[in-house]
Parts: sequence; C-alpha cells; structure tokens
Amino acid sequence: MATESVTRPARTPGARRPRRWTELLLVLAAVGLAVFGYVEVGVDIDGKAPPDAAQYGAALGVLALVAHGAVRWRARWADPLLLPIAVLLNGIGLVVIYRLDRNTPQHEAAPTQLLWSTLGVGLFIAVLFLLRDHRRLQRYAYVGAFVALVLLVLPVFFPPVYGSRIWIQLGPLSFQPGEFAKVLLAVFFAAYLAAHRDALALTGRRVLWFRLPLGRVLGPVLLIWAAFVGVLVLETDLGTSLLFFGLFVVMLYVATARTGWIVIGLLLSAVAAVGVGWLSPHVHGRVTDWLHPLASIEAGQGANQIAQSLFAFAWGGQLGTGLGLGHSALIGFATKSDFILATIGEELGLTGLLAVFLLYAVLVSRGFRTGIALRDPFGRLLAIGLAALVAIQVFVVAGGVLALIPLTGMTLPFIAQGGSSVVTNWIIVALLVRMSDLARRPDPQEEA
Amino acid sequence: MRLTRPEGTNGGPQGLPGISTTGRRAGTFCMLLIVALAVQATRVQVFQKQELDHNSANQRAVIQRYAQPRGNLIAGQPLTGSKATGGRLAHQRTYTDGPLYAAVTGYSSQLYGNTQLEGVYDDLLTGTDPRLAGWAVWDAITRQQQPGGDVVTTIDPAVQRAAMQGLGSQKGAVAAIEPATGRILALASTPSYDPGAIAGTGTADQDTWKRLQADPDQPMLNRALRQIYPPGSTFKVVTAAAALAAGVVTDIESPTGAPYPYVMPGTTTPLTNDTSACNQEGLSLDDAMTLSCNSVMGWLGVQTGLDRMTAMAKNFGFNDAKLDTPVRAARSNFDTTMNASQLALSSIGQYDTAATPLTMAMVAAGAAADGQVMYPQLVDRLTKADGSQVRLMHPVLYRQAFGPGVAQQLRRLMVDVVQNGTGGNARIPGAEVGGKTGTAQHGVDNTGTPYAWFIAWARPAGSTATPPVAVAVVVADSQASDITGGGLAAPIAKAVMQSVLDR
Repeated sequence: MATESVTRPARTPGARRPRRWTELLLVLAAVGLAVFGYVEVGVDIDGKAPPDAAQYGAALGVLALVAHGAVRWRARWADPLLLPIAVLLNGIGLVVIYRLDRNTPQHEAAPTQLLWSTLGVGLFIAVLFLLRDHRRLQRYAYVGAFVALVLLVLPVFFPPVYGSRIWIQLGPLSFQPGEFAKVLLAVFFAAYLAAHRDALALTGRRVLWFRLPLGRVLGPVLLIWAAFVGVLVLETDLGTSLLFFGLFVVMLYVATARTGWIVIGLLLSAVAAVGVGWLSPHVHGRVTDWLHPLASIEAGQGANQIAQSLFAFAWGGQLGTGLGLGHSALIGFATKSDFILATIGEELGLTGLLAVFLLYAVLVSRGFRTGIALRDPFGRLLAIGLAALVAIQVFVVAGGVLALIPLTGMTLPFIAQGGSSVVTNWIIVALLVRMSDLARRPDPQEEA
Repeated sequence: MRLTRPEGTNGGPQGLPGISTTGRRAGTFCMLLIVALAVQATRVQVFQKQELDHNSANQRAVIQRYAQPRGNLIAGQPLTGSKATGGRLAHQRTYTDGPLYAAVTGYSSQLYGNTQLEGVYDDLLTGTDPRLAGWAVWDAITRQQQPGGDVVTTIDPAVQRAAMQGLGSQKGAVAAIEPATGRILALASTPSYDPGAIAGTGTADQDTWKRLQADPDQPMLNRALRQIYPPGSTFKVVTAAAALAAGVVTDIESPTGAPYPYVMPGTTTPLTNDTSACNQEGLSLDDAMTLSCNSVMGWLGVQTGLDRMTAMAKNFGFNDAKLDTPVRAARSNFDTTMNASQLALSSIGQYDTAATPLTMAMVAAGAAADGQVMYPQLVDRLTKADGSQVRLMHPVLYRQAFGPGVAQQLRRLMVDVVQNGTGGNARIPGAEVGGKTGTAQHGVDNTGTPYAWFIAWARPAGSTATPPVAVAVVVADSQASDITGGGLAAPIAKAVMQSVLDR
C-alpha cells in the first residue's frame, strides 16, 4: 500500500496538454445552454424570446470569457472541466431564478444574482492572481479558523429568518457567513491534519478491532468541532452543522485512514441527531415531515412544503413541463433558494435533474482527482475537502427537498439564490483550479 | 518544484493506506451520495408519479384542467362558453342560456364537478381525450395540450324553447324525439337553474349551490331523464300494442269481450273508470283508448299475459338500467313478477309501473316509426376545436317492437284520442296528431297531486312519412284546480310538435 504512486493521472501522456481550447469550447457551450434557457422561459410563458435574453446572455458570456482568460493566463494547466461546469451550473441557476421571478414580479432576484455571480467571478480571478501557490494558505489556517468562528457567531446578533439565525442583514444586503466559513474551515482542517496526521493515525489504543485515538490528540479536534456544532445548533442551522460534521469526518478519515474516526463520527452524529431532534421542536418537525411527508394532507391540513416539493418533482416526470410551465410557486416560500431543485425537477424533468446531478458528480470527482494527483498533503486534503464539501452540500439540500433525508435549510451550490453561496462556490472552484494547475503541470525536466 | 513532504505522499504512516487510497474511497463515498440522490429522484419522478400527481392536495391537475378554455356544447349555436378568471384556475364555464338548456348540458363547476353531457364528455371538452391528439407520442413528449373539443348535440333550439316555454312555471319535464332516428330534439325540466351560477369558486357560486341543494323543488333534478313517474293512462299505448301484437285484439273497432264491471282476478275489487261512458260491456279497443277505459285496458293486459306485456314494455326501454343517451336515463320500471290483479293495474300505468318522460317519448316514437324503436341519442357528433370530426353518431335501432300493421292500428287509436277523445287540446290544424293522455294518481291512498301526462307524435296532414316528432310531457304537482293530462300536458306537447312542424 505504501507505493501506489506509479499510476498517477498527471503522468499519463494523454493528460499532458493544457487543454485550454477544450475549456473554451465547453465554456461557450455552457453559455449557449444558459441563453437557450432564457429564451425557452420567454417562449414558454409569453410565446416570444424575452427582450433581456441578449443582455443576460452577453453578461454571462463576458463573465465566462474573462474567467477563462484568467485561467489561460494564470493557471494554464488547470483541469479544463472545472470552469465550464461552474459556468453552466451558475447559468442554470440564473435561468431558473429568472424563470421564478416571473411568479414574483415585485421581487426580482435574477439581477441581484447576476451581480453576485459577477462578484464571484471577480473573486475567482482574484484568487488565481493573488494565490500563486495554495500552500501559502497553510500559514493562515488558525487565523482562518478564528475568523470562521467569528463569522458563525455573528448572526446570533441578528434576527432569525425562517427560524434560523444564519443571516446577517446590512441594509438591503443579506448574507450567510456560514457559507464563507466553510472554506476557511476546510483550509484549517487540511492544514491541521496535514501537520498532525501521523500523531492522529499512529497513537491510540485498540478497543475491539478499532484503534481509538489518544485523548491528547482527539481533544483539540473535538473542541473545535463542538464549538462549531454548538454555534450552529444555537442558530438552529442544521444543514450547515451536518455539512461541517460530514466534512470533518471525511477529512479525518482521508488523512489518517483510521476507520475508528468514522465510528466515532457516526456515534457523535447519532448522539447529536437524537439530542437535537429531542430538544428542538423546529428540528423535530423537520424529521416528522421527512418520515411522513403526506401526513398533513391526511390530517386535513393541506400539503406542507415537502409534500409540495414532491408534487413538483412528480409532475415533472421524466421529461419535465418545460421552463416556465410548471407550478413550483405552490411550494410557497424559498422556491428560489432551498427549493430551487424542485423547479428544475418539475420543469426539466428527471432528465434535467440527472444532468444537474451529473454535473456535480463530475465537478466533485475532478476535485478528488486533483487531490489525489497533488503531492503535498495539505493540498491533497484541501482539494479533497473542498470537493467533499460540494458533494455533501448537494446531498444535504437535494436529499432534503427529495425527502431522502430530513429537510435542512441550505443552498444548492451555484444554482440557488444567495450571494454568499455563489461567491463562496466560485472561490472553491478557484482553489480547485489553482491546485489542479499544479497537479497537472508536467515536471520541468519532462516539459523540456 | 518544492515538495514539502514527499515521503507522505505515496503511502500513509506505518503501512496504513495513503491519501491516494483513502481519497479514492472518500470520493467513491461522495459519488454514492449523488447516486442516492439520482435513485431517489427516479423513485419520486417515475415510480411515485401517478400517486403524487393524483394526491388530493396537489393542485396541478386542477390547474392544468382549467388552463385553457373548455370545449363547447353546441345546438345550432354554442350553448356554452369559457371566460378567463384571472385566478389560478384560469378559465371557468359560461352558459349562453343556462336555464334553458340545463337539462341538456348539466353543469361544469370548478367546485362541484361535471354532470350530464359536461361530465360524459369531460375529457373531450378539456382536451385530454386521446382522440384529439395529433400524434400521441409526440404530444406526450412535448406535453402539448390539445384545445378542448366540441360536442354537437341533437337538440333543436326552437323545440327546446317551445318545451321550456310550455312548461313555464309548472314543475315538469318534456322529452321530444325524432322517431326515425332517435335524435333527441328537446329535453326540458322545470324548475330549471343556471349552471353558470355555480361554475366558479366564488362565494356567490357557493351560496347558489347551497340554495339549489336546499330547494324542495329540486331545480337541479333532470326530470326528463333522471326521474320516473307512474305513467298512468299513457301506458295504455304499450298495453294496446302488446294486445295487438299478441293477437288478443285483431280489430280495433270490434268489441274486445272485456266484462263490466271487471273484478280483478283473485280480488273482489272492480277496476274503476274515470268516465261513465266506459262503464259498459262491448267496448272496442278504439273506444277504450279514446275514452281511456281502465276496465277494458286492465282486462286486456291480463289477457295478453305477463310475459308478453313485459316484453313489449322492454321494447320501449322499460327495465333498462343502462339507457345511455349518452347521459344515462333512470331505469323505467315494469314489474316482471306479478299476480293477475297487479298486472291489471300495471297495464293501466299504475301499481309499480313508472317511467321517465324519455321512455314514454320512445313509446310514442315507436308507434310513429312503424314499431322501430330507435336508440335515443342526445349527441350528433364530436369534433375537434377546429371543427374536424372526431366521431359521428349514427341512428341505432333499439328494438323492433312490432310490425307496421300493428303500428298503423296503434296510430289510428292515438289519432282518435286526439280527434274524438281526451287529447283534443293537442290538435294542430293542418297536421295529423296521435296521442294519449294520462292522469296518474300517486302517493299514499292516491292523495298526491296527480301527474298530468301526454305522449304524442305529429306529421303534416296527408303525409305518409314517419312523423318528424314524438313527445312526452309530464306536469307534476300542478297548482291547477283540474288536473288532467289532456288539460295540462297536451297543450305543451302541441306547442313542441308545432315547433317541429314549423321548421
């Protein structure tokens, strides 16, 4: 097991081209798809292409091309799939939000979302230019963790929205600091685990067939975890705490290869789940709704949000109604954010939904690939952590609206309405692009 | 290139799997998460689709149903329309003259469902009938909704109006049929209601519905199709037909041999007559019909026998529980197991004998059309929104009740009723009219207000063609002081037949 480096993707001859033209082609295709989506919304609802389709298309196209140019200039060897997938997911999100705006003409969210996407792409470019080597992030791990904690605590001082204290309201702007915190946390975990993985992996005593870590090592980790989860439970933001916890367990396992961590993780999550479910009526209700999504109908109280969400998915069937022709407005609130996937399911059908899942799967697997291809433990853990972050978040939010797991308020990466989310995901992709550039770059002597 | 920890990259510490291995495993785990989502999405969107789509709390089916204008019911001109509501249920039904045609159309309500023609052809009218689809597979893929089709009825607006005006404020019903084809020309029921007033979801609609439901006069009851009444003496046409067809009577002018008084078999009760002229022996069938003699016709029914009486009744739709016009008519009844005295009473339209106006119109139509009883049809054809034909209805023989010879005798009997007997009010100048009156007692000890009946057919004088119209009229619970079929129902039948002859 100690010598597995022989088959590393970056060393296969086929992968040695930069593939920037591939990326450009895919980026253009992604923009084209989004423009097609805009037009479809207009044609389906009004019978003609919407007048602002050209503007939206041009804006998205410019953003995508500028981002592509930045990759070309600053990360020539980056994975050519990362940027096109980000553009396409962001584009799909803009189209679906634009479509949902038609139900709420007085609350248009698409222009704001486009603005946030622009900021996101700006940060994407900034990361590529300012961060020439991801390993520099290691130095700021602890500072980052502290900032993350502060970000997470801040919303406690702001009024709750939909039962959760995860928002900061500043005038017309509102954002979820938890979104930014997750990147900082992934950086911190990667740095901490890269530095201490030997101690974490090798020490400890055997209990049954598991080797449990020493309290000395486990302590600080548990402390940090408890701090985060505690804050999140206080804010009744179950989704984010589930996300952080999942991230924590995955990264611990990847760093140490100790199944003992998984056992501890599962035990802790079981305790947390039962405890929170017991104590919080908010969470208890979510669990009940998940177990019996149609119970409120049988009780004569009409359909709850989960039932409405399932109705939307089912109505879409295999091919969907077409953009603009569904009735996801029946879900009530949060149709553009937490429940945006239901609109995709209803109007693009199972086909469209699976396509979106596939995009996430490719994005995540590219992240893992980057992590495996890298050589420094910090980079490897960070890439894997960021990819896992996306995967878990998609699972938590999509599983919630599909009634696979209890519903927790979270945003679907790149697609859902929410500035902090879009910006954060662009940063995640920027970091993956930066790291994949290093991972795929040929050794100097080979290049010559 | 700088590598900070090259020794750590390949394998984990002390022989444990390295990050390449654990990373792949974690990656596999993350892929499994997404696969789980795909599986769940497939479950919801494919396998649970039907169940969720039809959940009572799911408004989508209803929204889709009212998304486009509903197809129309047509009788010469459209009887119905659609108007945009501006609400979530985008369109609602309108009726051009709701109360006039309510017995034909039924109602289409967003709250209370669809009845009668609106109900039977709901799929066609909403556009979901597969016969409307251009290319079913392509439509399924694109989810293209077809515009609603139209139902062209057999109703003649002039005849319908004559029937409704004739009934006026009285409670009753009219069914008019074209004997040669079975086409229903008019279907009237009073008191009527406006189906347009209950089409929407507003409070006014709901109040109207509650008021209609609570109304003791049952305005929403379709008395022409869905209500059975004892037919009284009008049933004597059936008895006469059975007696003639069975050869019990061979000459309508000769004495029948009926005794007077006629004491019903197995009883000590004589069958009484309303007219003293009937109280004698030696009356012919023609006398008995013209004067409407119970004693003669009751005796004839018993002489003809239960089996032949039952068979003749069935020829006109009695005991048929599935008489679909296509709106299903109520089952008219003629008992199949009776003793002789019950048969005698049944033969004069009493005892358990009960009929819808439609069935009694079929009796008149059978006499008019040489014994060919045609299936009564309310619909002429179904079309797509563009008018192209989906289905054309053809005349269908219901039963050959008797031959032309019996029919001719029966028509003579009925003409005599109008010319010389109780049906004088139905006489039409320049036309040959045959009919039969009926005044049916009902209720406990016959205390209820009698039902005034009249059934008839008419054709231009001198014509030998099949009469163009047969009609049955019933007036129930009239406030009139003297209630007889000839007095109350015959004038209505006359007006209806006149409207056909005037075309």
